[in-house]
Amino acid sequence: MFSISATPIDFERLRRELETAGAGAVVCFEGRVRDHNDGRAVDGLSYQAYVELAQVEGMRIVAEAQERFAVERIVCVHRVGDLALGDVAVWAGVSAAHRAAAFDACRYVIDQVKARVPIWKREHYVEGASEWLHPNAT
Amino acid sequence: MKYRLLYFASLCDEAGRSEESVASDAADPRALYAELAARHGFTFTPDRLRVAVNGAFTDWNQRLADNDEVVFLPPVSGG
Repeated sequence: MFSISATPIDFERLRRELETAGAGAVVCFEGRVRDHNDGRAVDGLSYQAYVELAQVEGMRIVAEAQERFAVERIVCVHRVGDLALGDVAVWAGVSAAHRAAAFDACRYVIDQVKARVPIWKREHYVEGASEWLHPNAT
Repeated sequence: MKYRLLYFASLCDEAGRSEESVASDAADPRALYAELAARHGFTFTPDRLRVAVNGAFTDWNQRLADNDEVVFLPPVSGG
């Protein structure tokens, strides 16, 4: 499951969705808003998404991970809107029979979401300016 | 033909709007982007963008149809 959320991510609830009788391992990743980037002090982020396509691409990534790794369940949610320091911007969780597949699948999902899903981050700096981040894909 | 454009992140800032409808003779996204870049002063070159038509990624040479929704996507930065 992949979704875009305009409200705070209830990751306790998401984690419970991963539980199955056969899941001996659960791996969760929390991406949180930190107070600095590239040497500049940051005091918040805003995320924007092309929701329609982000939903489709996110589900495609989850399906790819289901195929590649021996996992039970996968859940990933990405925030949009204005976030404060410490807020969870993205959450990915995977359950599997064994830990190796759970770690690998969780890493795959978060890496691919960051690289492919049409979501953009605007950094708000302590000194007042703000700008969109558009990293080089190289 | 008439196209509906959606703009995100820097392209939204540069265009000064998040969407617009345009009448254009451009037959593919490449020609349409050149036209819009000239009008709005977009700073991205096409090689840094991806293009989506009607909610799906596509290539720059896809033939466009009347009323297509076209989106030029700047490099993403989720996570």
